[in-house]
Amino acid sequence: MIPKRTFDAVIIGGGGAGLRAALQLAEANLKVALISKVFPTRSHTVSAQGGITAALANVSDDNWHWHMYDTVKGSDYLGDQDAIEFMCRNAASAVYELEHMGLPFSRLDNGKIYQRPFGGQSQNYGGEQAIRTCAAADRTGHALLHTLYQRNIAARTQFFDEFFALDLMRDEEGVITGVTALEIETGQPWLFEARATLLATGGACRIFRHSTNAHINTGDGLGMVLRAGLPLEDMEFWQFHPTGIPEVGSLISEGVRGEGGFLVNKEGEKFMSRYAPNAKDLASRDVVARSIAQEIRAGRGCGPHGDYVHLKIEHLGAEMIKARLPGIRELSMQFAGADPITDPIPVTPTAHYMMGGIPSNMHGQVVAPVRTGPEEATPGLYAVGECACVSVHGANRLGGNSLLDLVVFGRAAGMHMIEYLRENPIPRPMPQEQVDKSLARLARWDKKAGSETVAGLRAAMQKIMQDHCGVYRTEALLKEGLELLDQVEARLPDAALSDHSRMFNTARLEALELENLMPIARATLVSALARSESRGAHTREDHPKRDDDHWLRHTLYFRAGDQLDYKPVRLKPLTVETFQPKERTY
Amino acid sequence: MKFRIYRYDPESGKAPFMQDFELDFDPQGKKVLDALIAIKDTLDDSLAFRRSCREGVCGSDGFNVNGKNVLACVTALEGLKEPIEIRPLPRLGVIRDLIVDMAQFYQHYRAVKPYLINLDPEPENERLQSPEQRAELDGLWECILCGCCTTACPSFWWNPERFLGPAALMQGYRFIADSRDQATDERLDFLEDPYRLFRCHGIMNCVEVCPKGLNPTAAIGKIKSLLVKRAL
Repeated sequence: MIPKRTFDAVIIGGGGAGLRAALQLAEANLKVALISKVFPTRSHTVSAQGGITAALANVSDDNWHWHMYDTVKGSDYLGDQDAIEFMCRNAASAVYELEHMGLPFSRLDNGKIYQRPFGGQSQNYGGEQAIRTCAAADRTGHALLHTLYQRNIAARTQFFDEFFALDLMRDEEGVITGVTALEIETGQPWLFEARATLLATGGACRIFRHSTNAHINTGDGLGMVLRAGLPLEDMEFWQFHPTGIPEVGSLISEGVRGEGGFLVNKEGEKFMSRYAPNAKDLASRDVVARSIAQEIRAGRGCGPHGDYVHLKIEHLGAEMIKARLPGIRELSMQFAGADPITDPIPVTPTAHYMMGGIPSNMHGQVVAPVRTGPEEATPGLYAVGECACVSVHGANRLGGNSLLDLVVFGRAAGMHMIEYLRENPIPRPMPQEQVDKSLARLARWDKKAGSETVAGLRAAMQKIMQDHCGVYRTEALLKEGLELLDQVEARLPDAALSDHSRMFNTARLEALELENLMPIARATLVSALARSESRGAHTREDHPKRDDDHWLRHTLYFRAGDQLDYKPVRLKPLTVETFQPKERTY
Repeated sequence: MKFRIYRYDPESGKAPFMQDFELDFDPQGKKVLDALIAIKDTLDDSLAFRRSCREGVCGSDGFNVNGKNVLACVTALEGLKEPIEIRPLPRLGVIRDLIVDMAQFYQHYRAVKPYLINLDPEPENERLQSPEQRAELDGLWECILCGCCTTACPSFWWNPERFLGPAALMQGYRFIADSRDQATDERLDFLEDPYRLFRCHGIMNCVEVCPKGLNPTAAIGKIKSLLVKRAL
């Protein structure tokens, strides 16, 4: 028997979404455990830079309807409009709440929260640029993550730092009764029994070779969900951020262009005006990423290999750069060897964000079709943040909407869980065979001999995804990618570790992470291969147009037999009129 | 490239030792963390260290490299004297290899009540704060809790249980300095203690090693002067 702890609710993941949900539950005096594989302030939320979007109208005339329109349009009409309305409606109160918690927002002269322009933002449904993204210099994610962690200290949330969640425990009736988790320091597996389990495990861009993501972004919650027989939604949609530092991957915030920075090719041309005559450098991310890729393809890239473009901000002046973009300057000097006060920053499109994920609704409940029937909530299971697909980002996320997603849906999920726990007061027995299965999965890495290494297979997978599933895709490229991935996956059973120790065995952790990444890569390729249209971040050169007749629908991927299913986009908002799909220009 | 890395395996029963590694690696543009990952991936998968963001913002990979506390992910390999000697942060207990037990460090952080205390009813919108008031927080709130400063501080080495250390003290001051916080007196009461605060002798190792370029000594000085003012 392995040791067991019992809580009302268990939250997996200590980033912004998990912490926000935990706070809601802890302040309601529920017994909540937050399990995180890293100390919470090491979570990837900390890397968010530019800000959190809410129509506060502190700088430009604004309201949440315009924010909603921009988000629907930005999603290339794949976002669910009820969830988008919910998010945009609640944005201002979510930001004020963060301010009340102590988040050190930058300030305007009148003492209100500072806001900056971001990509894809407009006033009056597609008019003038809006100024909508609330910022703490260019370290808004750091400010948000630390503030939420600090509030959780005050609320006495129980943290299990450096515990790695293994598997969801799902009983015969499909109810989630908790998780198994590995205490990293001791190597001891634990059972966490809870009547409600929330996944807030973040993104998975580590399926790619180059990404802005932290090493820890290995999609652990998605792996758990697939193993539990539940589907993933819209996995073909990965955002390539226009401005990552080449090779290294570090993010250079869209806020840099928001503050007045612009892109140039090797001829010094501000090329964005050719691709997006109105919004130019502040067009949506998918548009800017494709434009940069086009420039590089056309031989107008910078550098000895012509494989990046330049982002210029010298004209903003040293004082402004130091005050508003200090973190960017630091990153640029450290990783690109360029001080943006005097030199341009080299940038290239880099995998950044997973629009798809665990299918959920606006209460954070994980939803899935039941047999041949319509989708239903999976009892006891919730998902929020980047790991979830509500879907508010559809085929392309707008900058500043991810931090918003974390706090709005973190709070909403917390509130729904409180209700759910009240209505379901009795814990259900843990299905023992599932516990055994989970432990067997862990024990598999005690195997002594093997011809493959975890690092070798991970690198092979990342190269396949980088080469076959990037900004531009074709059927042939994706098919070849899938064949190659088949071969790499087939080698996984031959992998073995040389480290078989218990205590803080990071080799074993990386193996378990690879077991989560690999099926996510597969889900991505299978979903992308099927979607024969171009929408948002999914660009098929062999199907360059958006095809609403066939593809205005969400993909659902099931691991068993790589099965695909589809569900309609929720076009009807909660209270306002539908934004009908139309051609998307910037 | 040549490396000499601190190894400790708690399950082996053996004492810690320094292990030499030779890595075929072009250091151009690469950081210490890149080399550690390459060693783990290609030479020895049992080498244990923490890492996350790999860009100097999460604070996971504070190590002692060639005698100085640094973040491995932002420390360039070029220019480091070989063999590059990598040890865990000083003074904290070692769990394994480069992984230290941060419990004491986090406990001091929690002790300063690192959260805004304001008992007024919440306004409908944001609380106002002038850019000047907000500027008081700059150089304080950016702390990433990596532990480089506290574990470089001789006062912490002598009194790790009782002296809060530069990181925690600076976070204490971050809330004192916040125009929205109402608990200054309570915070000063807690800090007015010969050990918690006054073991700081202005040695300034913290300032020298902070990978974010922050100045904990200055923050501690401001707490001290507030205490003096309050006493007058």
